[in-house]
Amino acid sequence: MRPMAQVAMVMNLDKCIGCHTCSVTCKQTWTNRPGMEYVYFNNVETKPGVGYPRRYEDQEQWHGGWTLDKRGRLQLKAGGRVRKLLQIFWNPNLPSIDDYGDPWTYDYQTVIDAPLGAHNPTAHSISALTGKDVNLHWGPNWEDDLAGAPARAMADPNLAGLEDRVRMEFEDVFMFYLPRICEHCLNPSCVASCPSGAMYKRDEDGIVLVDQDRCRGWRFCVSGCPYKKVYFNHRTGKAEKCTFCFPRIEQGQPTICSETCVGRLRYLGLFLYDADKVLEAAATPDPQDLYEAQLSVFLDPEDPQVRTEAERAGIPTDWIEAARRSPVYALACRHKVALPLHPEYRTLPMVWYIPPLSPVADVAHAEGYDENDPDRVFATIESLRIPMEYLANLFTAGDTSHIRRVLRKLAAIRGYQRAAQLGIDPADDLPEQVGASPDDLDDLYRLLAIAKYDERYVIPPAHTEDAGRLMAQHEQLFCSLDTPGGPGMGGTGPEGVDAFHGGASPGASHQFRDDAGRQRFNLFGWDGSGSAPGLFPEESAP
Amino acid sequence: MSSTWAYFWWVILPYVAMAVFIVGHIWRWRYDQYGWTSYSTQLQERRRLKWGAPLFHYGTFAAIGGHVLGILVPKSWIDAIGIDEHVYHLFSATAGLIAAALVIVGMGILATRRLFVPRVKATTSPVDWVAMVLLGIMVILGIVVTAINAPLGHEYRDTISIWFRSLFTGSADVSVALQAPLYFQIHAVAAWLLFLLWPFTRLVHAWSYPLWYLWRPYVVYRSRKATPPPEPGTGGRKWRKIGTPY
Repeated sequence: MRPMAQVAMVMNLDKCIGCHTCSVTCKQTWTNRPGMEYVYFNNVETKPGVGYPRRYEDQEQWHGGWTLDKRGRLQLKAGGRVRKLLQIFWNPNLPSIDDYGDPWTYDYQTVIDAPLGAHNPTAHSISALTGKDVNLHWGPNWEDDLAGAPARAMADPNLAGLEDRVRMEFEDVFMFYLPRICEHCLNPSCVASCPSGAMYKRDEDGIVLVDQDRCRGWRFCVSGCPYKKVYFNHRTGKAEKCTFCFPRIEQGQPTICSETCVGRLRYLGLFLYDADKVLEAAATPDPQDLYEAQLSVFLDPEDPQVRTEAERAGIPTDWIEAARRSPVYALACRHKVALPLHPEYRTLPMVWYIPPLSPVADVAHAEGYDENDPDRVFATIESLRIPMEYLANLFTAGDTSHIRRVLRKLAAIRGYQRAAQLGIDPADDLPEQVGASPDDLDDLYRLLAIAKYDERYVIPPAHTEDAGRLMAQHEQLFCSLDTPGGPGMGGTGPEGVDAFHGGASPGASHQFRDDAGRQRFNLFGWDGSGSAPGLFPEESAP
Repeated sequence: MSSTWAYFWWVILPYVAMAVFIVGHIWRWRYDQYGWTSYSTQLQERRRLKWGAPLFHYGTFAAIGGHVLGILVPKSWIDAIGIDEHVYHLFSATAGLIAAALVIVGMGILATRRLFVPRVKATTSPVDWVAMVLLGIMVILGIVVTAINAPLGHEYRDTISIWFRSLFTGSADVSVALQAPLYFQIHAVAAWLLFLLWPFTRLVHAWSYPLWYLWRPYVVYRSRKATPPPEPGTGGRKWRKIGTPY
């Protein structure tokens, strides 16, 4: 066992109202610079939809993430190391700016400066790449709230296999929002793809970063990431990515997207995981088993043996305690309601999602049923094949059984709490039906509905003391030999050096004269034998 | 050519260029690793780059290999392994012309796209233009030399090569260099200009070809450790102010 700690996030999709506050604050914090116009470390996609960049989820097209070779070994889907070095001058899997959309702004000055006239002036759209007028064809958040969905959304890779059954008509359509940040994977394919070794995963908290000084702009991280969350800054020629707001995390603060989330749907906390099992889990043969495999990598912080091992691995005690209180561990492992996004990419992503019940509840409601009646919702869950399969394509590599289990549990919480509120007896076997105890459902209800700031974000501050100590040593401002009388100043050594080492002649070197001229005794290094004169002030006459 | 000028072209310029080349790289590495990148424009334009970049780079590799063989490897060594002058020239002229063709076609595609694709042109800085023009001159001179010399068959391994290697012994042999035909002389002298500017352009990315990737572990971990604080004025950071037009 080799325990490591990882900061992770869980998002409760039922609560996302698609307001894009996370994207806006993230953009203002991190990417409002030239060269980064098209870059969204955090973006919110309407699903079904093709996403940003276009169809990024289709790895048969982009070759991101990992795959298994014929002998069942893990390898990068875009090919091995030699192949990468040969393709370094032109990366066949790199999206072009048109897949993200030519970033644009508007010519506001024309509007402001326009003279009084009969016609209203217009602000042309201007490309941020060239400064020239552009026509807009595609961009971030282009398909918000299913805009253009009848024409475009069928190209969503998650609808593969459902095409003949899905209809993009108002009455039949379902939709939800999917906020996305970098997954800070346990087995990051972007890091593995970086030929320069500029990308790294932090030992302490698992955050994946790009070293801006070592990046040489070879672009393989951009194509290697199946979530397309590494971006190329076209001004600096370097890759940049979501930093998990590490300066905030190090101070024990939530990421800016979490901090400003209106729906309070994000949870942050620690996972302890066994680093020795990561590759084995990522190489699980059947993609549908990857979710369970990833669960098996996580360590239970309540297990005393795990805590001992973690302590031995150098994980600070307060971090281990934080892992016990971690809301993300509770949601993903204890209650098993959070699921990883696209486990089939084999990167073992660490931003997980609670699938939305709302598409299902909406249908129950539309049919005229009480969307809080668990029986009715259960029946709807069973009958709503299409959203179920769609969610399964997103979160479990197509296995609907997990989606069904999670949604039933979410419905049961609602039913159970509603019954409690109204003073009705809930069906006794309701918790059992969803594989939970009444306490579990209460716990989940607390976590999902009323958890306060410090319960949603359990982030132990980074331990920078050690780094600070090293730093002090590194940038020592003076030479230790340069003290008055020291070797650097022409003397034989600093005064009283012996006194700090329990000198050869105890007693003698421990005595010194202080500023007031009194004979004093230095207890530091005194071996305890012999007398210690002058330790106390002379008894004064009464 | 008067001997003073000969001394300048064949001794002073090379040593100045070498000094600037070395010191310039050290300076750039120390103070501007943030600017040390290939500045790829594949994001903006991929269709022409698909042909231009590989043709140019692989052609350049071939050309560099040819220069190493012709300039750094003494003639006697090649004679020693039984390759006589005739065979050598047949090979070097053929391979040289092929490499020249690859480079010129690649360079042509890359230059067109830099000149005429607005998205690419917009990212090009003044020093990029300088580097491109200089590189273009070098490539054209090199091709002229290869093409002229293919039928004439001047044995540069007895002139230019000996002079070049003599630079590193500390006693530069100007006289052999002056025996070379003028087109060789111009090409050799122009090369120093490229080396003079090299450390200050994007050409530095050539030293970062990541061969290390072949034997590195896939996932890199780093732990927090002490780093010296940035020294004022030397961080090399180029963050721009928000709203600065470009």
